[in-house]
Amino acid sequence: MQHHSIDISALNRPQSAGTQEAQTALAVEGLNLFYDEDSQALHDIDLDIQKKRVTAFIGPSGCGKSSLLRCFNRMNDLVDGCKVKGKILLEGENIYAPEVDVAGLRRRIGMVFQKPNPFPKSIYENVAYGLRIQGIRKKRLLDEAVEKSLRSAALWDEVKDRLDDSALGLSGGQQQRLVIARTIAVEPEVLLLDEPASALDPISTLKIEELINELKSRFTIVIVTHNMQQAARVSDMTAFMYMGKLIEFDSTDKLFTNPARKQTEDYITGRYG
Amino acid sequence: MSAANWLRSGEPMIWLNAAAVSMCVIAVVGLVGLLAVRGFGHFWPSQIVQGTIVSGESRTAVMGEAVDKVSVLGEQLREAGFILEGNSEFFDRTLLKQGNRDVYGSDFVWIIDEQMKDNAVPFNALVVERMEWGNLYGFLETIRSQGNVIADYTTDPDKAWAILQREVKKIIAIREDIYSLERVEIGHINHAMEGLRLQQRGHELKGALSPATQADLAAQRATLNKQYKALQGELQQLYQSMSGIEYTVALADGRKVELPLDKVVRAYRPNAMGIFAKSGLYLERLWEFLSAEPREANTEGGVFPAIFGTVMMVLLMSIIVTPFGVIAAVYLREYAKQGFITRTIRIAVNNLAGVPSIVYGVFGLGFFVYFVGGELDQLLFPAALPSPTFGTPGLMWASLTLALLTLPVVIVATEEGLARIPKSLREGSLALGATRAETLWRVVLPMASPAMMTGLILAVARAAGEVAPLMLVGVVKLAPSLPVDGNYPFIHLDQKFMHLGFHIYDVGFQSPNVEAARPLVYATALLLVGLIALLNLTAVAMRNRLRERYKSLDT
Repeated sequence: MQHHSIDISALNRPQSAGTQEAQTALAVEGLNLFYDEDSQALHDIDLDIQKKRVTAFIGPSGCGKSSLLRCFNRMNDLVDGCKVKGKILLEGENIYAPEVDVAGLRRRIGMVFQKPNPFPKSIYENVAYGLRIQGIRKKRLLDEAVEKSLRSAALWDEVKDRLDDSALGLSGGQQQRLVIARTIAVEPEVLLLDEPASALDPISTLKIEELINELKSRFTIVIVTHNMQQAARVSDMTAFMYMGKLIEFDSTDKLFTNPARKQTEDYITGRYG
Repeated sequence: MSAANWLRSGEPMIWLNAAAVSMCVIAVVGLVGLLAVRGFGHFWPSQIVQGTIVSGESRTAVMGEAVDKVSVLGEQLREAGFILEGNSEFFDRTLLKQGNRDVYGSDFVWIIDEQMKDNAVPFNALVVERMEWGNLYGFLETIRSQGNVIADYTTDPDKAWAILQREVKKIIAIREDIYSLERVEIGHINHAMEGLRLQQRGHELKGALSPATQADLAAQRATLNKQYKALQGELQQLYQSMSGIEYTVALADGRKVELPLDKVVRAYRPNAMGIFAKSGLYLERLWEFLSAEPREANTEGGVFPAIFGTVMMVLLMSIIVTPFGVIAAVYLREYAKQGFITRTIRIAVNNLAGVPSIVYGVFGLGFFVYFVGGELDQLLFPAALPSPTFGTPGLMWASLTLALLTLPVVIVATEEGLARIPKSLREGSLALGATRAETLWRVVLPMASPAMMTGLILAVARAAGEVAPLMLVGVVKLAPSLPVDGNYPFIHLDQKFMHLGFHIYDVGFQSPNVEAARPLVYATALLLVGLIALLNLTAVAMRNRLRERYKSLDT
């Protein structure tokens, strides 16, 4: 692949909202993450994620971008021996405070994983899952929410006639959009996308990217990606990470055209990584 | 190709594998085939042969069914005092079922073929299956009612035969009435009477037996007694209507016996029957084996109570073991901190599967029956003491003991199932705001259900065939009634029950009449194998449906 001639024409599209009036959705303050005593995955991260914008994390494998993403909805809690120091503020409140209800937090910060992971249930039940967890049982409410979410995920027309079929019968790309529909059905404030297109073919990838563009008017989106062109295409802000450290964080235009740091420039021009 | 090359090619290994598989298949087919032929052949109405045993000067006329044939060394027979004409090395011996135990003392007799002369297959030979004394073989002569001859087979066989069949049918109908009267209606009254007795005793124990309640109980008892008297009268009448008809039969040796017809189960002339009649009779006898209660120390009649007991016990065991095993596995895999203690527990659970089953039986007797059962009796059934209710072996304790025995299999299988569920699905559920418990309940457990069924299948396979522990905790050779009936609370967990596995042991090795019992041992064994296969197939079918439904993402 020719990293030197990266296509940044996508950067010239008009920005959806003015950069000046950006509000902070998530604020990371002095975040350190340890998987055990002597392996530190993240070092002193400070970062502000802006509301209703798409923020991309890029960097070579093992740089900690996924680890950072998983800190936002406390998925790292599931890893034995994992410790977090520092703060992440959601609407000004520290999500690592002891009194925080983790399940409630994850309802506000949804996540889509690298590999599509629909439940072995019907398409309808997959989308209704989060709502059922919240105790919603009324058929009418569920029907509405399912339709709305599937429409938002651009999947409705493809599946509306077979909502009761197993979700496992869908193609990979459809499954991933179903997972996105499932996630937005619970109306989260933030959407975390962990390399959402890396397991998909180019057409499906394109659809996911279009979807991200649609969704950013409603959700704050944070996306981890391996693919720099994808980051350039979909994101407003980009963070470059390396060896567990945040090297550079700026608007996508700036980072890709005129990086401040040598390391960033080396990476985006393909000199390593 | 050189031998070395042939070895290297892997060909010998394939042959070896194929040979091993063939051995297994042959063994299974052979076993089932043997059981089927020996067991289910028994119900076929076989030919009746007649002849005279000539031994020196003595002549004995015999008649019966040839059951078995073996070759014996002639020398051995001569030493035993037999007078043999031929001088060949081996002689064939036939085991003849001559029946008429009430006359001859034993049903079976060994006959040296060479000594058997004037062999014949008499067309009129009669077989009568009876409630007592086993089969009768002979020739029908007359049928008498209240002392008057109503039919004579020697002069008008067709008419006499028709009358015999008609009377037997009547007898069978009356017998069924008697059965339902005794078991169901009188059973109800006995149950109610026992209830009243326990009520009174309960009041006495509390020291609160007021004259009013006493009078009330006495009144209820009087009503029941009246009902009982009425039923007793009915019963008497039925018995009366059965008696009074007798039939006379000439035995092979010319002796004549006169017997009451009310003990007859079935009368037929196998030598006079065509293939269709024989097939009909075969099915009838087979059905009797499956559906009737045993008689004559389990050597005749059916095994229905044993089938019922086995199925009941296996079902109860499944109902107990599944939740316990699943909960234990979920705790070990999902909640417990993985470390030294969980590892120890896991090893202990696995070793539990290797403990000899009789040890579980002893444990069940000591802990469940005497300790738990005894305490339960003190607490819940003090009125019935000193006769125990749950403090004695019974269906519940047998099921519990077997549940304990099969617990390790369910735990291990469920744990494996839980471990196989992809992490991504758990994370997907958690990321939607589900708690761990909700994730477990809505995603993990449904997906692990095929594994649980696998555990249950193994458990059923093991439990259904287990006999040794059951002998200590609830199985008996003859249970007076089924553990399920029309009396409250309908399922009697405290009752003792019959079991096919134990039935095989009892009929085969504890029977006073081994020769008569042998075919039933084969038939019962085949039935047990079939029943276990059926239970297993049901569980396998259920598992496959679950698998189809919850097939996981990654293959």
